[in-house]
Amino acid sequence: MSEDSRPDPDAILRRIQAETQRESRARLKIYLGFAPGVGKTFAMLQNARELAAAGEDVVVGWVDTHGRYDTAALLLGLEILPRRRADYRERELQEFDLDAALARKPGILLLDELAHTNAPGGRHDKRWRDVEELLAAGIEVHTTLNIQHVESLNDVVAQITGVRVRETVPDAIVDRADEVVLADLEPEELLVRLREGKVYLGEQAERAARGFFRRGNLLALRELALRRAAERIDVDVQAYRREHGIAASWPVAERILVCVGASPASARLVRSARRIAAGLRAPWVAAWVERPETTPLSREDRTQLDENLRLAETLGASVVRLVGARPSEAILPYAREHSVSRIVIGKPTHARWRDLLRGSLLDEVVRGSGPIDVHVILGDEAAPPLRRAPREGEPLDWTGMAVAAGLVAGATGVAAAAWRFLALPDVAMLYLLVILVAAVRFGRGPSVLAAALSVAAYDFFFVEPYHTFAVSDLRHTLTFAAMFGIGLVISGLALRIRRQERAAVQRQQRTAALLALSRELESALDEGAAAQAIVKAVHDLFGRGAAVLLAGPEQELRPAAQCGEIALDAPELAVARYALERDEPAGAGTDTLPGARVRCVPLRSGPESFGVLVIAAGPDGALRHEDRDLIEAFARQGALVLARSHLLEQAKAAAVRARTEELRSSLLSSVSHDLRTPLAAITGAVSALRDEAAGTDAHERRELLDTVAEEAGRLERLLANLLDMTRLESGGLEPKREWVPLEEIVGSALGRLETQLVGREVRTEIPAELPLAFGDPVLLEQLVLNLLENAVKHTAPGTPIEVRALAGDGVLELEVADRGPGLASGDETRIFEKFQRGARAGAGGVGLGLAICRGIATAHGGSIQAQNRPGGGAVFRLLLPLLDAPPSAPAAEPAGGAA
Amino acid sequence: MSAPGPLVLLIEDEPQMRRFLRAALAPRGFRLVEAESAAAGELAAASHNPDLVLLDLGLPDRDGIALAKSLRAFTQAPILVLSARGREADKVEALDAGADDYLTKPFGVPELLARMRVALRHAARAAGEPAATVLEVGPLRIDFARREVALAGREVRLTPIEWKLIALLAKHAGKVVTHRQILREVWGAGPGHQTHTVRVHMAALRRKLEPDPARPRLLVTEPAVGYRLRDEEGDGPRP
Repeated sequence: MSEDSRPDPDAILRRIQAETQRESRARLKIYLGFAPGVGKTFAMLQNARELAAAGEDVVVGWVDTHGRYDTAALLLGLEILPRRRADYRERELQEFDLDAALARKPGILLLDELAHTNAPGGRHDKRWRDVEELLAAGIEVHTTLNIQHVESLNDVVAQITGVRVRETVPDAIVDRADEVVLADLEPEELLVRLREGKVYLGEQAERAARGFFRRGNLLALRELALRRAAERIDVDVQAYRREHGIAASWPVAERILVCVGASPASARLVRSARRIAAGLRAPWVAAWVERPETTPLSREDRTQLDENLRLAETLGASVVRLVGARPSEAILPYAREHSVSRIVIGKPTHARWRDLLRGSLLDEVVRGSGPIDVHVILGDEAAPPLRRAPREGEPLDWTGMAVAAGLVAGATGVAAAAWRFLALPDVAMLYLLVILVAAVRFGRGPSVLAAALSVAAYDFFFVEPYHTFAVSDLRHTLTFAAMFGIGLVISGLALRIRRQERAAVQRQQRTAALLALSRELESALDEGAAAQAIVKAVHDLFGRGAAVLLAGPEQELRPAAQCGEIALDAPELAVARYALERDEPAGAGTDTLPGARVRCVPLRSGPESFGVLVIAAGPDGALRHEDRDLIEAFARQGALVLARSHLLEQAKAAAVRARTEELRSSLLSSVSHDLRTPLAAITGAVSALRDEAAGTDAHERRELLDTVAEEAGRLERLLANLLDMTRLESGGLEPKREWVPLEEIVGSALGRLETQLVGREVRTEIPAELPLAFGDPVLLEQLVLNLLENAVKHTAPGTPIEVRALAGDGVLELEVADRGPGLASGDETRIFEKFQRGARAGAGGVGLGLAICRGIATAHGGSIQAQNRPGGGAVFRLLLPLLDAPPSAPAAEPAGGAA
Repeated sequence: MSAPGPLVLLIEDEPQMRRFLRAALAPRGFRLVEAESAAAGELAAASHNPDLVLLDLGLPDRDGIALAKSLRAFTQAPILVLSARGREADKVEALDAGADDYLTKPFGVPELLARMRVALRHAARAAGEPAATVLEVGPLRIDFARREVALAGREVRLTPIEWKLIALLAKHAGKVVTHRQILREVWGAGPGHQTHTVRVHMAALRRKLEPDPARPRLLVTEPAVGYRLRDEEGDGPRP
């Protein structure tokens, strides 16, 4: 075995992935037939019965027996889903109930007629979309399909039978089928059955259907069906060969490019290209060339173009938009860069003279194609002439006209005045200058007018015989023609330049919008800001209302940002839900719920959906193809930022969790001891009191009771501290700020410590004119209380405590100073940490008091410091930002204030 | 025992707290009706017509503040609210809903008794006992009729607002008066008026009446709730 034929490890990996995917994803089985009546439904039901008998969970979603008993008999014993009623044009239709099926979630669902078009009011307009959703929900689907409904064969079938089938199914869904069963019948036998009335033909099209069932048609259709089935088998074989390292039997990698235009004939081109691509198993590209210098497309052309491109997309092409002055200049470089092997292009249908004038696209492509094959395919014979857009954006420029006429008059005046010094050609040059100015400055209309007027004036005033339009010398006619011709050509050139300029501006706007969005997004720190940036960008660029709905943890959608007018009611939210769940655009301009008033684009990055971008459909309906691309680019960028902020939030949450965890563990270890000590003392004292036999005397009883009271008080303070600390740590402590005098805070803290302060001198020094502090009175009181309590606890009884407040430079200072042992070196900052106690601190306390102080100070935008005092003792200094006076601070009260 | 003592309705869901209060109050001549839920409390208030209600704010079945409001609708009995520290907003709300005073858990028996005495006294006065025209608290003497305030025998000159402020606190001597109450009664201001107005005038008043305004003995601050004029008999030293 040669080196080359050894299976590529990547390929093996892909195969394994594909296999697991195939196992995990729901199966699709299609019964393919070449005409109604060949027995697809019958075969499907028969198979379903066998499966049901084998114990599979088979449910009939929608099967039409067309009143045939043999088929109906097969339904007996199978579970049949109730149908949904749909009223359409005053007729009551019975439709497949998608939601009921999703709710029932059977193992296998039978759904007849894949190409069926649903009555309006359902979620999807096409049944194959229902099938996609069912498959996505993990439900195996068995369905039936006639070959003429396959999208890429649509033209061929129309050619063979003369009947154009409107209901088509994209090839992708047929290709996706895990199993295609061909329901085959000899055409003769089918015709017999038809004569016996065993074939249901539909109600309205009896005659057309009769024409359809001609032997020739049936033979051709049967061949198509067989070929299609064979093609599938071929694909399977190729896949098998690839997977098992059997060298490919074709050496060249093919790539097809089809040139799509705004004509309905292009749809046919697209289908042909798809057939070629499928035959070659090659990827294919649908390219459209925008020519900025030509007249913009009319609304109808634009719609047709979008339709063509969408068709290409549904048929599996990737769509590219090229820009170039001439289509061939855009197509050929692209084709070469992307190693396209074949270009599919339409046969010209226009008159030959146009090619002579404007050059032929086909000719240029063929000549420039080099090694690339060019397929020239017939456009529809009935192709309507290319509709020209009404010259919107180029209304008659009356000012320009007037100025042009004025310019000519001026030139005539100047020439007349200087006639003596001028030769005739000089005058002609002067007029040419005028024409040039008019063309460059005002565009086509004025320049043509200027040319005409110039010719007239030149003839009338300066060519003999003067003051008549008669021309004596025939040579002058050539001058006239040249003047007029030059006017036309220059104006044409000027117009082209302007169009290019306008297109460039438009493109530049789009690029700028995208750039601006990415800048905005860069600085958007949270989801809300990102959402706001996206909707603003969409609104600014397209002038449509936009909103972003973000998905919560339960995938519920909540509006996060909105810009402009946009409806966000239940139906719109349903569309958004759908877009989010299916991860594809939905609503206006898409195949899903096209009647909606909004278009919804999912915001997805990687495996996660973050929400939906909702854009108002606007009065003129769908968006243009390139607008859609741009919006999707917006959505992608937005999703990236949402992903980023999401990750940030997760990281933040994780950090908080970690910190909480850390706190909890250190808390447990440190606190358990401190909680147990007072509890032990209380329990001991109380049990001594209860033990009447011990005969404790009155003094001892008093001692024991004091112990209980003291220790209970300690426990209470400890718990209060713990609670405060937890609140501070969890970030749940938001100061309720008010303007408050520090004096009052110090006063109430001293009041609460009254008993502990007995026998101590407390000196307070708070100036009456001290500005108010802006803070939470309760928290600040707690802070001061903790400082005072510390001073009481850590200093000898009877030593003085001083409380001083003053206003410094932009700060309010509050000092609590003592004459205790002071702080050990290194303790100045350490004591503010949690569970840290000063080296010289005695017993008692968990080391939370000062940590709480610091937490409160920080929450107020302030700080707290500790240091030793000269002369012994420690001083704790709280620094609060000194803010401007409160908005309506009462004036220092004059006698007889504002009563 | 001659006359039966005042009837106290205790609405509290914690059995330990009920046991403690029973043990504290019964020996001191109070008669006790206990209820362990808001519903039972409301029923008992209607059927027993208590002289005073002790109401725990953290009841399992209903918001204590709402209960205070609905009790106020049919009984004039003073309501004393019991609540935990750190719930200042609740206290203010309860007081504004009609409660008379509050006690922060944990509290001692002397504190409880003092508050109850003040509440009962105010209730009795409201019920018809003539209000004193002169109030003396420590060195402070307030003459309502002559609108005079004297400190240790010396007359203190007050601005009209300060007079209104001290008169309001004196009228409720021993009881807490909320910021909102003060704003309403002194300034006639609706809610939303700023409390710092009160604080600044209070500071000025303290400077005139307290020897050390940073260690007030008479005009006590109840942080984030309001002020209380310390009463001679009530409000013993706090833990």
